[in-house]
Amino acid sequence: MQSKMKESDPILEVENLSASTDNLPILKGVSLTVYPGEIHAIMGRNGCGKSTLSKIIAGHPSYNITNGDIKFLGENINSLEPEERSQSGIFLGFQYPIEIPGVSNLEFLRVSTNARRKFLNKEELDTFDFEELVKEKLEIVKMDHAFLSRSVNQGFSGGEKKRNEILQMALLEPKIAILDETDSGLDIDALRIVASGIKKISNAQTGIILITHYQRLLDEIKPNYVHVMSDGQIIKTGESDLALELEEKGYEWTDNLIKEI
Amino acid sequence: MVNENLVKDVVKEPYKYGFVTDIETEKIEKGLNEDIIKLISQKKEEPKFLLDFRLKAFKKWQKMKEPNWAALGYKKIDYQDIIYYSAPKQKEKISSLDEVDPKLLETFDKLGIPLTEQKKLTNVAVDAVFDSVSIATTFREELAEHGVIFCSISEAVKNHADLIEKYLGTVVPASDNYFAALNSAVFSDGSFVYIPKGVTCPMDLSSYFRINSGDSGQFERTLIIAEESSSVSYLEGCTAPMFDTNTLHAAVVELIALDNASIKYSTVQNWYAGDEEGIGGIFNFVTKRGKCLGKRSKISWSQVETGSAITWKYPSCLLLGEESVGEFYSVALTNNLQQADTGTKMIHIGPKTKSTIVSKGISAGKSKNSYRGLVKMGTKATGSRNYSQCDSMLIGDQASANTFPYIKSQQPNSEIEHEASTCRISEDQLFYLQSRGIEFEEAVSMMVSGFCRDVFNQLPMEFAAEADKLLALKLEGSVG
Repeated sequence: MQSKMKESDPILEVENLSASTDNLPILKGVSLTVYPGEIHAIMGRNGCGKSTLSKIIAGHPSYNITNGDIKFLGENINSLEPEERSQSGIFLGFQYPIEIPGVSNLEFLRVSTNARRKFLNKEELDTFDFEELVKEKLEIVKMDHAFLSRSVNQGFSGGEKKRNEILQMALLEPKIAILDETDSGLDIDALRIVASGIKKISNAQTGIILITHYQRLLDEIKPNYVHVMSDGQIIKTGESDLALELEEKGYEWTDNLIKEI
Repeated sequence: MVNENLVKDVVKEPYKYGFVTDIETEKIEKGLNEDIIKLISQKKEEPKFLLDFRLKAFKKWQKMKEPNWAALGYKKIDYQDIIYYSAPKQKEKISSLDEVDPKLLETFDKLGIPLTEQKKLTNVAVDAVFDSVSIATTFREELAEHGVIFCSISEAVKNHADLIEKYLGTVVPASDNYFAALNSAVFSDGSFVYIPKGVTCPMDLSSYFRINSGDSGQFERTLIIAEESSSVSYLEGCTAPMFDTNTLHAAVVELIALDNASIKYSTVQNWYAGDEEGIGGIFNFVTKRGKCLGKRSKISWSQVETGSAITWKYPSCLLLGEESVGEFYSVALTNNLQQADTGTKMIHIGPKTKSTIVSKGISAGKSKNSYRGLVKMGTKATGSRNYSQCDSMLIGDQASANTFPYIKSQQPNSEIEHEASTCRISEDQLFYLQSRGIEFEEAVSMMVSGFCRDVFNQLPMEFAAEADKLLALKLEGSVG
């Protein structure tokens, strides 16, 4: 199966990436390649650089790339603005989705969707057409229509915020989705909804990176690869059973791996 | 930071109303004295009572001192260096729009306010004021059929002298403050509205004020009277060319609402604000006040203040009538070196009166934005209520925002509620929107309009859309 996938070109290539914020190095040479149809999981302790990696791929302005490259569909995107990355098909599901008071969720979703559609040379949707589209996508995350008339993420519960992220992913139809601890703070039912949503949205042409602490998400969505990060580096890569091993042995086991390196 | 370069790349759209109309004008000499006032009054063929009103105001003004309590700093104004009357040269008597100088019509066309019969806005009647005079008022006949009088105040002085004499200066007396006194002495034109008993004005009324000359001040006077059980929605727009000198604008607006009458007064103020270094721009010192004279009368102010180098403006309500209602909804945006000190006064005099204040101040660049408001409950204002909400938004780290709420209550059986907040557009919010494909500038304006939503909801529809666009335009390149 793996060799078949690799006949196509990679979606994302992170090559020996080092990055810092306020002159503090966070990433210290990370390499990662995602092919179409692949699901990668990144695990590791808090503060190991997982979230930073996802933010840098999405173009967060607070981090400086000090070395290495990020390529998306073969093109170097190091200097692209976050909005350009999103429009071209990179999606970051936030660990802590941001509240934006006064901005209606519906309008936000519509503007965002249209920005992506414009990039794809698709017709932009007016309010009515968008209503139709969003109704269909709401099904995927089992969200109530009432969420749309509220301000973006404002007053949403943790689970509602995460479902709103997956709704955005469903609307934007990205080439690659990086989901940063999308499973944290979810109860079992919400986790199933989110996981089945992710599965519905992804296909043989898309790539997914799941950043997580827990096996339970990986029970729902089986990854092709599991990477373990520590101190800004990927210290071990394996198949899905690595996650099980990690769960069993804990991060102390990975600490010993670092010593071996 | 990545964003900084982007901001620099954004092509800043210049102030698009900054052009000057090249037209022959009749200007009187600079300076202010009794002879000048007599000359203005004579040019306007005014009755004696009005000349007396002016001269009295002038005497008071001479004894008054320019106020300095506002949180504003500006170069001292030389009142003798201003031209107090400037009018485009036209035929003596204009009987129809066809006789208006095409250059003037063209000017208003360019400003998006077409006046000619073929092109005029269909849902709103417009009074167009150019420097010191009113050029044209549309839909007059249609309005007259309903008994509504909508004309320039100069015309009202000629044709409805009784109403002018009865009401002028009754809401804002000449001695009210320095700038009101100045205006009372030298006001040249403005709009007059009279809604008769029981009439709901069939369309929105609007005045558009255009300053064209660089060296003359604009001193317009507006008077709106809503008789018993009548209602009207009035809109006001303002623009001016870009000059590197400061032009003084000192207007007075008086509203009177009788029993069960309601007046909604909306402003989008976009006077030239000066350049990035703070050179030029309008000094906007305005006194706006409404008197809810009748029972259950209502006066609602909504304003979007984006222009002017200096804004000094406190649209207020005197709530005399039992159960009368006063409202103030304001968005004030300052950028670069603009300064705004704006707010309202809600004076509760009658029993069971109600007032609502919603103020949203946005400061960007190195600007200074202050809310200043007074809520007063008089001894007879039993069972009265006020709710105030004052929010400030800071963009960048060099702007400042202040809130000065004054509360005076002489009535224990009344309620006053005040809420205030300050926020800053955070990098995380911007990144979130950007990471959803929304351009940086659009992300900022989305958040700003979200912040202003409570106020925009109060604006007439077309105005709200315009206000939204205007804010976006004003903020271009202001976030780094």
